Amino acid sequence: MDKQMILPIGPQHPLLKEPVHFKFTIEGETIVDADIRLGYNHRGIEKAAEDMTYIQSLYMIERICGICSMVHATNFCMATEEIAKVEVPPRAKYIRIIVAELERLHSHLLWLSVAGHEVGFDTLFMVAMRDREVVQDMLEMIGGNRVNYGINSLGGVRQDITPGQKDQVLKALKIIEERIGYYAKVATTESTFIGRVSGVGVLPKEIAHSHGAVGPTARGSGINYDVRRDLPYSGYDTIPFEVITSDLCDVLGRTIVRVGEIIESVKIIRYALEHLPEGPIQAKVPRRIPVGEAFARYEAPRGEATQYVRANGTDKPDRVKVRASTNANLISIRHTLLNQQVADIPIIIAAIDPCLSCTDRTAVIMEDAQSGNQNILLWKELRNISLEKHPL
Amino acid sequence: MIKQLIELFIFPGLVFLIAYSLYVQYIDRKLYARLQNRVGPPWFQPFADTIKLFSKETIMPRNIDKVLFQILPYFSFAAVVTSFLFIPVSSLSPVFSYPGDLIIVAYLLTIPTLVLALAGWVSGTTYSVIGGIRCLTQLFSYEVPFFIALLMPAIMTGTWNIAEISQQLPGFIAANPLFLIPLFIGFVVSIISLQGKLERRPFDIPDAETEIVAGPFVEYSGRLFGIFRLAIDMELVVGAAVVAAVFLGGPHAYFGIPSFIVFLLQTLFIIIILSVIKAATARIRIDQMINFGWRILAPLSLTGLILLIILLNL
Repeated sequence: MDKQMILPIGPQHPLLKEPVHFKFTIEGETIVDADIRLGYNHRGIEKAAEDMTYIQSLYMIERICGICSMVHATNFCMATEEIAKVEVPPRAKYIRIIVAELERLHSHLLWLSVAGHEVGFDTLFMVAMRDREVVQDMLEMIGGNRVNYGINSLGGVRQDITPGQKDQVLKALKIIEERIGYYAKVATTESTFIGRVSGVGVLPKEIAHSHGAVGPTARGSGINYDVRRDLPYSGYDTIPFEVITSDLCDVLGRTIVRVGEIIESVKIIRYALEHLPEGPIQAKVPRRIPVGEAFARYEAPRGEATQYVRANGTDKPDRVKVRASTNANLISIRHTLLNQQVADIPIIIAAIDPCLSCTDRTAVIMEDAQSGNQNILLWKELRNISLEKHPL
Repeated sequence: MIKQLIELFIFPGLVFLIAYSLYVQYIDRKLYARLQNRVGPPWFQPFADTIKLFSKETIMPRNIDKVLFQILPYFSFAAVVTSFLFIPVSSLSPVFSYPGDLIIVAYLLTIPTLVLALAGWVSGTTYSVIGGIRCLTQLFSYEVPFFIALLMPAIMTGTWNIAEISQQLPGFIAANPLFLIPLFIGFVVSIISLQGKLERRPFDIPDAETEIVAGPFVEYSGRLFGIFRLAIDMELVVGAAVVAAVFLGGPHAYFGIPSFIVFLLQTLFIIIILSVIKAATARIRIDQMINFGWRILAPLSLTGLILLIILLNL
């Protein structure tokens, strides 16, 4: 038998929550090569946004991702507001921050539970999922939905936070804070868990820099960068908070960063609720957005997400381009996987918190590059094929 | 003749073993669920699962040794059922008993692991081959400590017969309470290695779901998989019963409680310990498992053995 073996993982595999294909070359239990294939989840949202009005696009762009749906919607709003030169009222900015940070809470709690599951610590999975429900209930109360809250609208937010809701959120934060203190203890002291995450998936600071890692992946490697602090948007410059970093550079470092960020998020929400400015929650945005272009950036739970919007003076965007944070982090994943054990694959992949529905925009398969036989289809041809396969 | 047949097939043989192991599976799952703040399955869930598996279609991959693939589950099933016959259940005399049956039981309990490794090879999938290799690698790290731990009570009582060990052990300990120390070390080592033998968390490395899907079981389905599952459930009962018989004095009528009740209490006690370990830990890596087996478990069991020999020669 050949000493090297190919271990295919995905697009369907218990380790993956979303379709992606990994091809690992392994020697015994050691990974010597890794290959990543994307493109199983491409839905053409960017293109579709060009056929819809700004309001319609907003709700569709919110559905790019089920977990960080606030991210893309806020990005789109911020870019559009910049083109239209609309100033968002401070109260709306704070409500956006509150929902965004609640989303960060639920995303990080979800990550913690998935990380527990990937290393076979199902108790952590179940318990963290239970506490995530507390956050989900708050999101449902504020926005009306557990995911895709639809709280954003162009020029502000759709719904106000009432004093009663404020009290309930503050009460929920107390529960979260208490339990997170316990998880922080478990995640940094439980010996079997530490044994699985410490020294695994090392991403040195230089590599993280050169490979363009963002968010907790970068901060876990000691890069002190957070869009919320360095390029403040939506009123983050008025809120005091700390950027958590870790110099461990491994999965444990990323765990510490995420748990620390949960605690910071709780503080941000509490501050924002207590200092919620009075005033309107929405500014008027014209239906036709004047010609112009804008670039928005946002610190998503997984890292910096950016969006580019170009307007051509009609009520429909001319071009929307989304770059989700996973897109930036996936590049560094190969480096972290090399020379690791097969058993570490799940936790290393999970450590960047991959969100593939955010990432799959357009995939260009490079395989045919050698034969020069590139299959590039124009929009018209693609449409014809789809019409042939599924006649209207 | 009829009495022997009843003993072989009904009580304490096959039917009782299957029923009890399914019930134990329920206890294990329910307790695991409650420890994780979940509701857990109803009491008939393991029975329903088994019936469902047995009534499902069995799918076999092409290009494999079909005979071996089909025979293997029955091998592990038979090995586990046979080993149960040497263990005292309702009284201190088991169905079969002869000098040295402790070795036979220890050997028979190794067969399911070997069968799993073979099943992994036969299935011919990458995942199952890796699972099979992991089975064998893991075998070497827990098997030696497990045997050394079983050796301790045998040395104390001077016999290799399980029934005789359980008969003599309580009296022996009552006369020499100092021997509780090596016995306790042996008990701890045997519980941990039993967890490894049964491939339960933190040692469920061969069938790690998130890494290699289900390891050796990947290609097994329907009835064949059902028999594998049943064999593993029964192995849990038999393993717990061996440890109970050797370390806790077996179905000794303590305080006048009927032997059978004592047997149930002892096995359930051990299974609850195993479930709590399962809930409280994360899966470790195979290299960590080898390190743990040879750097902690084996020295610990040897320490217990040396302590025992010193105490015997005092």
